[in-house]
Parts: sequence; structure tokens; C-alpha cells
Amino acid sequence: MSLLHMDFPKQAAHPKEMRMILANSENPDFDRSIGCYESTGGYSYLKKAFGMKPEEICAEVMDSGIRGRGGAGFPAGMKWKFLDRRSGKPIYLICNADESEPGTFKDRQIIHKDPHQLIEGMMITAYATGTAKAFIYIREEMPYGALILEEAIEEARAKGYVGDKILGSDYSCELVVHRGAAAYICGEETGLIESLEGKRAYPRIKPPYFPAALGLYMCPTIVNNVETLCHVRHVIERGGKEYAKLGVPGNTGTRIWSLSGHVNKPGYYELETGKVTYGELIYDIGGGLRTGRSLQGVIPGGSSSKIWRAGERFSGKLRSGDPFDWAIEDIPLDFDSPMAAGSMSGSGAVIILDDTADIVEVLANINAFYAHESCGQCTPCREGSLWMKKITGRMANGGAREEDADLLASIGSQIAGRTICAHGEACAWPTQSFIAKFGDKFREKAKDKDGKPKSEYRLV
Amino acid sequence: MTFEPSAELLAYVDKVVPRYPQKRSAIMMLLHFIQREVGYLSLPAQEWVAGLLEITPMQVREVVTFYPFYREHPIGKRHIRVCRTLSCALNGAYKTRDELCKAFETGPDEISPDGRVTVEFAECLASCGTAPVVMVDDDLYENVAGDKLSELVAKIKGETPAEPVEGKTGDAQ
Repeated sequence: MSLLHMDFPKQAAHPKEMRMILANSENPDFDRSIGCYESTGGYSYLKKAFGMKPEEICAEVMDSGIRGRGGAGFPAGMKWKFLDRRSGKPIYLICNADESEPGTFKDRQIIHKDPHQLIEGMMITAYATGTAKAFIYIREEMPYGALILEEAIEEARAKGYVGDKILGSDYSCELVVHRGAAAYICGEETGLIESLEGKRAYPRIKPPYFPAALGLYMCPTIVNNVETLCHVRHVIERGGKEYAKLGVPGNTGTRIWSLSGHVNKPGYYELETGKVTYGELIYDIGGGLRTGRSLQGVIPGGSSSKIWRAGERFSGKLRSGDPFDWAIEDIPLDFDSPMAAGSMSGSGAVIILDDTADIVEVLANINAFYAHESCGQCTPCREGSLWMKKITGRMANGGAREEDADLLASIGSQIAGRTICAHGEACAWPTQSFIAKFGDKFREKAKDKDGKPKSEYRLV
Repeated sequence: MTFEPSAELLAYVDKVVPRYPQKRSAIMMLLHFIQREVGYLSLPAQEWVAGLLEITPMQVREVVTFYPFYREHPIGKRHIRVCRTLSCALNGAYKTRDELCKAFETGPDEISPDGRVTVEFAECLASCGTAPVVMVDDDLYENVAGDKLSELVAKIKGETPAEPVEGKTGDAQ
């Protein structure tokens, strides 16, 4: 493979963006060489970190409040704290670069354009957690990404940032690039670990297999997303408490949102967490919908997150006790607000549906994905995801029946919470939420007998 | 039929296997390498990997058959994967797939009569902002519709000489 033709265009910043992770990568004058990275201060934060005690770095990361950018939004510092350090077994660090939640396309940009930022974040994390060996698990849909990382690791090794006696210290840590092979379930951390052990990516049940205690080779293991690990480098740059001033309490820092679907300017946008709303993302930053089209729904955090229907209102009380009353457009882009509105920010993937999309066909498309990606271990998920795919597929092809909406809701409710991993929820939530929010459209579909696709393009 | 590893493969084994604390972990990397060299993963190749990593051939086949990007049968000279998942579908992925099939006078998931390509759907390729996207071998093409699609077809045809397959296999998967 040649490394020549894999450069993606740089995206100019929108005035509402606050670029930290993307600051270098989207700069037209920046290239991914180590020299260029160092000229922007790169690897000076690794040096700074090596002047600190590992526990001091962990404390900074705790203070920063960074939450995992891969989907669950779990505080990274807490994840590190759970590491079982008393077992005496080696500790492993894995970067989850399996970016596979439909709608998500941010990690690809970081890896292709600024691989050293990730490597620096990883080596700081490795040092802070006492990691014996670190891995980057990258999906095979990004084959050049793997080559770029391998090349960057060799550059970093030559400078003493990776490998033996890092920066002349007593600490050594190798960094290995491992390539997946297009299985969505490898984004689930225990599935990823099984895969890295050379097996099918069958997720492990928790308890007892919490990676922090029984992870890779049954040793304590940290699995963090690409973007999360990049943030670690910025926490060291700014200091945890300073970093925590970005964003809003409990939802600190910046976050990269991947915007796609029926929107004029799809793209990845880095925003100060909680300071910008879904409405601003869709209409200001994303250029709004095509002329003459109206919003039908928003999938707020990857295709497994629960859909919102245009015109819905959400009200209640936030964790802080403050009341809220939002339309979709008012919801802040952070971790907690989408959750308060009954869904989640997941991997930060926002998919927009305008009125040209037939909602049953959309769900049929999503269900085909989750049925394809079920690992097959647990009966409710393996069978249920396939049934939901078949039923919505039949509905889209002119065979819809009045009772299908109830049937789908019933299947969904028999999967979520009854499986080893969260794929059960991931495959059930779209169906459950589509039926809850668009039940009328599913019932109307029973009258649609011609079997012709109703969306602008075929979706299934 | 036995599998004869190339010198390049043996060198790759020496480079990659020691990276891992347990050698079984190297399986996916080795399978990728062999598939790139040979085009697919034959049972003798899988047995060779099993012997090398000291696991059973079935343990290798479990991996080969689990992950969508491994295959046990030959495909056309160029592998065209069209992303099928939501954001790409909303922007015309099915049309793109159908037009690619038409351009190469083939059905999906089979070797085209001219031997040039196999056109398949893949699930989310993680480039939803430039939908619809297509991977040709290892290269990603963005916004593949209209003129861009015609250009891509012309490029593939220009780069890949036709070599009709006798009795057209229709057996890519």
C-alpha cells in the first residue's frame, strides 16, 4: 500500500467551534510529521508528565472531569482508579480506535491528520497508569490509519517517546498497532479484548470481567477512546482544574460532534461542551436543511441512541435541581442534557432526518445493521435483532400489518437488559424509540401495500 | 493442496508475532497479510496459521468466519465495498451500489464477468459526513454519486485489465 493518496481535506473552523483536539489537525499548514507536531509544543507535555508522579497525573485527570468520548461518557479518571494494582499482574492500555457506531467519523480525522497527539496522550496515560504495554485497536476500514500510526510510532520511538527507557527514565512501554476486521462489536471493550486475544469478539460478562481487574490476558486493562486519550495531553498542558473550566460542570472540555444525514454541511465540529445547542449545530454550523425540507427527527448520539421527533418538548429537572423545558433545538450538546431528554449523546454522532425519509424504512436500515453486527452469543439479541430486521424489512416492502408496531415494541422490550453486553440495548433502543415517537407512522404503513420505496433513496 | 508461505509473510511473522505477549493475538494481523497477498484465506492457509500460532485450525476458522473483512473465497481483482448504513443510505448508497453493479454488468457479491471487480455492501465505514462512501481495496472514495461515480468506474476500468472468468463463479461469499 502506498501512503500517498489518503489525505482527507481540512475543514475550516466555524466561528462557534472551539478547537483543541482539532487545532493542529485541521490547520492547513500542519502536517502529521513528528517535527511539525513538536514545533507546536508537541511532546513537551509528555516531558512535563514525566516530571510528575504517576498519581499526580491521575489526580489532574480526575480534576479535569474528562468523560469518555466513546459512548458511555464514564469519567476517565475514575476508570483508571479502578485498576487492580495489587494483583501484581502487568497492566495494559488499549486505545479503542474501532470507531464503528454509525454516524461517527471523528477518530479517523485525528488518526490521519494528527497521529502524534494520540501517541502523546497514550504515553502520558501509560506512564500515569503504570502500563506494561499499550495497544491501538484500529478498525480495518481505516487501513491507512494503521500505517500512519505505525509510521508515527517509529518516529516517536526514534526520539525516545515510545519504547525503552522513555525520555531517559526507568519507564519503558511499547505501543503496538492492532488491526480489527470490521466487526462493530469490537467497539465494546470486552469484545475488543477478546478480539485482541485472537478470538471471536464475544463480549464478556461483567461482573466479574471488568477490564480494570480482568481484562487483556486476564490482567488489569484500561480501554479508552481515541478522543479521550487526546484530551489527556491537553489536561497535562492546562492542568486539570484549568481544563475543567472549559465546558459546563460535569461536562467539561470540548467534544467533537459528527453531523451527518439530511443537512447542508455535514462534518465534524469541535465545540465547547454544553455551550452550544443541537439547534445551533443543525442550523448555524451545519447549514440547516435543504430548501423546502422540514425536520422530521434527530438521532442525537449514534444510530443506537433513541430518536427525537421534530416538535417534541422535553421538560423536567436536571441533576442540579434546575428545571428545563426544551425543544430539540434547545438541548445543549453535552453528556447529561441528551440523557435528560430521554436519549444520549453516545459517540457524539448526530444524524438528521428530514421529511423525505420514510421513518419505517429508516428503522429497517438501522435494524439491518444491528442484526448484522450481533455477535450471536445471547439469544435475545441474536434472534431479536434479526426479527426486528425482518419485520421492518417486510413493512418497508409492502407487507406491513396493523399489529406490527406492538409486535416490534414487544420484541424490543424482551432484548434490552437481557444480554451480556450493551448490544442488546443498542439494537432495541432504535426500535423502541421509533415506535414510541412515530407509532402513528408505523400504523399508517399498514395501508401502504405497493411495496415501493417511499424515501428519496432506497434505504433497505 | 498445501500452503506455501512467501518470504515476505515469513518476515512479517518475525516482525509481528513477538509484539504480542501471547502469540495467538497475532492471528488477525497474519490473516490480513495473507489475504492481501493471496486474495482470500484458504483452508490450507488457515491450517498453516494454526500451526504457527499453536492453536487448532478450527480456532483460526472461528476468527475467519466471524469478522466481515475476512473471506474464504476469491473475489474480483478489485474489491468494491459500498457503505450501506444510514447516513450513506440517506444519500443514495443503494443507488451507488446498483449503478456500480450495472457498470460492471454484475450482480452484488459476485465476481463480475470481466473478472475486474466484486461489488459488495459493507456496514458503516465511518465517513458519514461525506456520504455515500465507497472503499476500493484500501482506498476510500467520498461522495460517490453522479459524475464522481462515473469517474470512479472509468478509473477502475482503466487500471484493471479485463480478464473474463470462465463460467462466472458467482461465489464471492
